[in-house]
Amino acid sequence: MTYEERLQNVSVLGAAGKMGSGILLLTAVEMADLSLLPENKGKSFVLNAIDVSPEGLSGLMKYLRDQVRKVAEKKTVWLRKVYADRDDLVENYEIIDEYIFDVLNVVRPVTTMSAAYSSNLIFEAVSENRALKVKLLTDIDTNNGNSPWYFTNTSSVPIGLIEKEANLEGRVIGFHFYNPPAVQRLVELIKTDKTTEDVIEFAHKYAKKLRKIIVPSNDFAGFIGNGHFMRDALHGMKEAETLASEKDMPLYKAIYMINKITQDYLVRPMGIFQLIDYVGIDVVQFILGVMNPFVDDEELHSDLLDKMMLQGVKGGQKSSGAQKDGFLKYKGSRVTSIWDIHKQTYVDIDQFKDECDEILGDLPDSVVAWKSIVRNKKKDDILTAFFNDLKSSDALGSVTAVNYGRRSKAIGEKLVADAVADEIDHVNTVMLTGFFHAYGPVNNFFE
Amino acid sequence: MRRKVYMTGGYNTVSMGTGRSEFHPKKPRPGLEHYIEEAGKGTLAQIGGAENVDEGVIGNFMAARFNKQANLPGFMPTIDEKLQWKPAISVEGACGSGGLALMSGIKSVLAETGEVVLALGVEVQNTVKAIYGADILAGAGWYKNRKNGHAYFFPGQFSDRAGAYYEKVGYDRARAGMKQWFINAMENARLDETAQEHQNKVPNLSALYDKLKPNGAAFVDNLSVLDCSKVSDGASAIAICSEDGLKKIGVDKKNAVEVVGFAQVIRNITNFPTDLTEVETIKKAAHQAMADAGVTIDQIGTIETHDCFSIAGVLATEALGLAKNGEGCDYVAAGNTARGGAMPMNTTGGLIGWGHPTGATGVHQAVTIWQQLTGKAGKAQIEMPKDRPYGMTINMGGDDVTVIAIVYKQG
Repeated sequence: MTYEERLQNVSVLGAAGKMGSGILLLTAVEMADLSLLPENKGKSFVLNAIDVSPEGLSGLMKYLRDQVRKVAEKKTVWLRKVYADRDDLVENYEIIDEYIFDVLNVVRPVTTMSAAYSSNLIFEAVSENRALKVKLLTDIDTNNGNSPWYFTNTSSVPIGLIEKEANLEGRVIGFHFYNPPAVQRLVELIKTDKTTEDVIEFAHKYAKKLRKIIVPSNDFAGFIGNGHFMRDALHGMKEAETLASEKDMPLYKAIYMINKITQDYLVRPMGIFQLIDYVGIDVVQFILGVMNPFVDDEELHSDLLDKMMLQGVKGGQKSSGAQKDGFLKYKGSRVTSIWDIHKQTYVDIDQFKDECDEILGDLPDSVVAWKSIVRNKKKDDILTAFFNDLKSSDALGSVTAVNYGRRSKAIGEKLVADAVADEIDHVNTVMLTGFFHAYGPVNNFFE
Repeated sequence: MRRKVYMTGGYNTVSMGTGRSEFHPKKPRPGLEHYIEEAGKGTLAQIGGAENVDEGVIGNFMAARFNKQANLPGFMPTIDEKLQWKPAISVEGACGSGGLALMSGIKSVLAETGEVVLALGVEVQNTVKAIYGADILAGAGWYKNRKNGHAYFFPGQFSDRAGAYYEKVGYDRARAGMKQWFINAMENARLDETAQEHQNKVPNLSALYDKLKPNGAAFVDNLSVLDCSKVSDGASAIAICSEDGLKKIGVDKKNAVEVVGFAQVIRNITNFPTDLTEVETIKKAAHQAMADAGVTIDQIGTIETHDCFSIAGVLATEALGLAKNGEGCDYVAAGNTARGGAMPMNTTGGLIGWGHPTGATGVHQAVTIWQQLTGKAGKAQIEMPKDRPYGMTINMGGDDVTVIAIVYKQG
């Protein structure tokens, strides 16, 4: 089966979800672009958007329409060539409208799983529930006579287990997009011991057509991305708790301080608590739960997260993409207050910010903002200068930041030692492209 | 001319669009009516009010599509209610619409149907994204050529002209001239508060131009965005008067410019240009206008020419006879068209620097010449040589299709 043939009938499971909708968009565009090639005229391309929620599918179609317009506006020069033989399409807007129709025309929104029974390729992007994933894939594979390939977007469940339990020998691969898939360029590719060369080759070609950067990860729960982030997050929460008890201060103040250190001192796009909120406290707790049974030498668990969940504070994002309140409370993208786990209320940052900043001490003058440096070609030199100043400072903020940087490096090195990643470069690439860090965690800045 | 014709009381709104710090593509902005009102009021305030106006004319290209609005003469009374029940018309000749508004006013004064005509040009283009604006502006070409044209139709047309010019004179030579044209535009625009590039602070314009090379995959083959005029919202207005009209509004001749010659020439829109490296219609219009005025190019001290693209500016220097055929690029690269050069051109930034609210541009050019010849150009003021007291405007609609050239001197 050729690349084109494989993509003539595809299903996305969980198509209305955050990840599923992005995967659906990218795949629909790729399939429509194939259908518009002269050699593919007359062939049918079908993409089943499968989800349990009719409302979600309705929202998905609107999302697709808006997103495909943006895609089309960026490639109108090419589209004019594609539709050159259509005398009825003259102006850009007519061509763009036709393209939107052609992409949407590939998509079949459905709530029944049976649509996937005739697909050649199935993307799985349902919730991070191993039993559910296995149940759905088993059902499809039992009823589908094409021996389809399965691309799972799981960020934590070992692919080999899914393969074994759903009896998919060699026909499954982890194809882990980052959120949001339409924007983030990173894809973690996780093959099992049995994944066939055909599947791997197709995955590479498909990723290339979507302009994604592939980083191979080995089949350990959490893979590289969550393997690093989850441990980094656990370290951040532990640091906050330690700081609170050492300084005998309320935890919310320590959370403010660690969040500030991980953002401003470590020159990251957001602080660690903001990142946990972004991913979702519930999601982090869940993924830790999925990963924990597979690791022997550490306990991937946080009582603090459990408490937050019990108090109903979950973070995550609204369907509009706006941030929900979690450890931190937001007004737009601005943090206004921090959750007090004892009084179960948010405390305005202005009430304690100055006091906490004074405890942290001054940031060296050489401090740089993540935004100003992330695309700077000389960022290594600039960061070296700043981090050297951090190392020579004995202010609490600086010392904590340097230790944090070292811990982050150790996590990265352990991923290689544990054979989750084949090489240091893979760890760094994941954090640079998937988490938008300005520098990889495995570096010499903090030595 | 059978009667003397003057222009005075020029006014420009800000040319709004990318480049202005107050411009946000996603936030609501003033509409067509705001610009008409502001520019109209700006001129009325200098000519003793609306009661002195006999007629109105609005130059506009595509409000019917950019703003879903036609019948623009009906907006005249929104400037001042005293314009109600007076005659007004609108005129269209693509990006030459503003020039046609001037022509209409001049003809009314010559025909003695009006002593004071309020001439206004307006366009509000930021209502749509550039990719859709390209469709609308493509109306300046022949509709039958649209299907085979570029997504960005007009940049595509002038990219072809630039490509032919590269063939003729060599890429580096041509680009050196176009680069200097761009640099002059930015430097001049910085001196005019209403210019779209007024706040431009790029320290090294030359390096920026060199860095941004034409890229056909993303835009057009032979031009970068720096070679292009702006997408602009804006309006300009000026009063066109007889000698009696000037007396009526109480403006001294010294504060007016006299129209000493003009020409309006069109080329068959269904034909392609005979030679892509020449702007034939500009050439004919400019020479006819100078002949009409009885002046030669050596007597002209400053020119506003229609640089919708840098290549159009370079080609205009050849059409005007300032440079020999194929040497316009060298002429511009040597600094001759800069504000301190032998022939200062587009002294408030032109279409690339000041901005290009398409239907307003012809009027904006007249306002700039009026400012320069009467000493009202503020920081952008150049010194007019005594032996070259004339100014000229050249306004072009489409790809060298509808051209209006006017020669002026201080009144």
